[in-house]
Amino acid sequence: MARLSVAIRLIVGALALFCLVALAAPRPAAAQSNPNAAAVSEQQLLNQLKVIKGLGTIPDTKSYVLEHPAGRDWRQFHTVWLKWIGGVSILGMLALLVVFYLWRGKIPIESGRAGRKIVRFTGFERFVHWLTASTFVILGVTGLNITFGRALILPWLGPNAFSAWSEWAKYAHNYLSFAFTLGVVLMFLMWIGQNFPTKADVDWLKRGGGMFTKRHGGHPPAWKFNAGQKLLYWFVVIGGAAMIVTGYMLIFPFYGGLTVGNMELASVFHGIVGVMFIALILAHIYIGTLGMEGAFEAMSEGDVDLNWAKEHHSLWVEEELARERSPKGPGLVTSTPAE
Amino acid sequence: MARMKFLCDADRCIECNACVTACKNEHEIPWGINRRRVVTLNDGKPGERSVSMACMHCTDAPCAAVCPVNCFYTTADAVVLHNKDLCIGCGYCFYACPFGAPQYPKVGNFGSRGKMDKCTFCAGGPEADGSKEEYEKYGANRLAEGKLPLCAEMCSTKALLAGDSDVIAQIYKERVKTRGYGSGAWGWQTAYHETIAT
Repeated sequence: MARLSVAIRLIVGALALFCLVALAAPRPAAAQSNPNAAAVSEQQLLNQLKVIKGLGTIPDTKSYVLEHPAGRDWRQFHTVWLKWIGGVSILGMLALLVVFYLWRGKIPIESGRAGRKIVRFTGFERFVHWLTASTFVILGVTGLNITFGRALILPWLGPNAFSAWSEWAKYAHNYLSFAFTLGVVLMFLMWIGQNFPTKADVDWLKRGGGMFTKRHGGHPPAWKFNAGQKLLYWFVVIGGAAMIVTGYMLIFPFYGGLTVGNMELASVFHGIVGVMFIALILAHIYIGTLGMEGAFEAMSEGDVDLNWAKEHHSLWVEEELARERSPKGPGLVTSTPAE
Repeated sequence: MARMKFLCDADRCIECNACVTACKNEHEIPWGINRRRVVTLNDGKPGERSVSMACMHCTDAPCAAVCPVNCFYTTADAVVLHNKDLCIGCGYCFYACPFGAPQYPKVGNFGSRGKMDKCTFCAGGPEADGSKEEYEKYGANRLAEGKLPLCAEMCSTKALLAGDSDVIAQIYKERVKTRGYGSGAWGWQTAYHETIAT
């Protein structure tokens, strides 16, 4: 019995030793290899991916991004490209308007004022317009401040005053965005019916809206909105939507899985569309005030001179006058003619 | 004057997060703000490496370049600091930062960002060195006391090095030479446009 147990012990021992040797054999080879061979390399990761991301132990999951060198591209955009795009589009538009004004002057009502007025925009339409317009001006100024303020305003306002103003500007920009959004949505719904392209628009565009000729009767016919106004409408709706979407991506950082890359892209779109928007609205303001006789009253008082309407929106006037002749409600506001 | 830098030796970092805790404690950082964090790459796989990351105090810092109110400044030790009295919390430095260093306390409605907070290399802010105001806004100013950042000082494996660029680069080079490998100075190429030749 004792001999058997010794034999078993020997066999088991030999087997165990054999197993140990067999298992241990490859190990020295591994110890000699470079433990860094399989290690992640920063350069390799950066070449493969735009972002180096891992795992962390704090609740803030966005901090698991270790490196994100694309921030430098965004810096290049913000400090160089946006300034050029914004400067050229806004100053370029102002220069164009000055040249246009010097050449064309204020576009007159060619046949003089009729003294009769026709309702062009209802109180509600004007409210929506001015809601959008007033918030747009504030959003535009405070937006430009973020891009150009440091170079243009900071030097003469000083760091403390400029920071105080910029902080209020930021709050105004963030909070008034909601009023602007409401304005754009209402404008979209309110005017979409009159802004689909028609045959008259093709003719209007071909003749440059009659803006580039000084000869009388040069204004092409148009419905309530001419092709230029329709283009503006669609830019406000589509560009406005782009501004709203990208703006809210920046106001609500990291909501709904937004990454820093998404937000950089949103900021790029917000900046480019924003400066183009401002340039376009400058032209809109010009033609609605300084550039054309009888235009501003459409949005201030709501009614325009009949002759202005006939010259600029002939098809619309015919329609309105036809409606007035029908028993259903008057479109004309008859005022006592000037003696 | 020294050119202060951080260097995390990823082959030594054991992801203990002591640097994170030390930083939070030293500067009394509020909940939700992390000036330093440890990120583990290839977690659980062969070749896993952890890197402790905070503001790298970049050369030609992107945050300073994009700040709309110009609230950043660089000290004589090349530490990038900012003035919280001027910061408007716009978030632009976060977009530009390659290392995700800027942090914003949530104040007010929706995503409203408060004044930005980030690693100061334990060098405080524009207020008088060691003053109460400085401590409340930026935390301890160890550099003014002749001490280096606490995260690196108390790193148990000495993976995280903080100090003059030439000195820490030399330490790292010697390590790589002795042990025969090194996965490089993480973030240096991005932050300083140079890396350590090993």
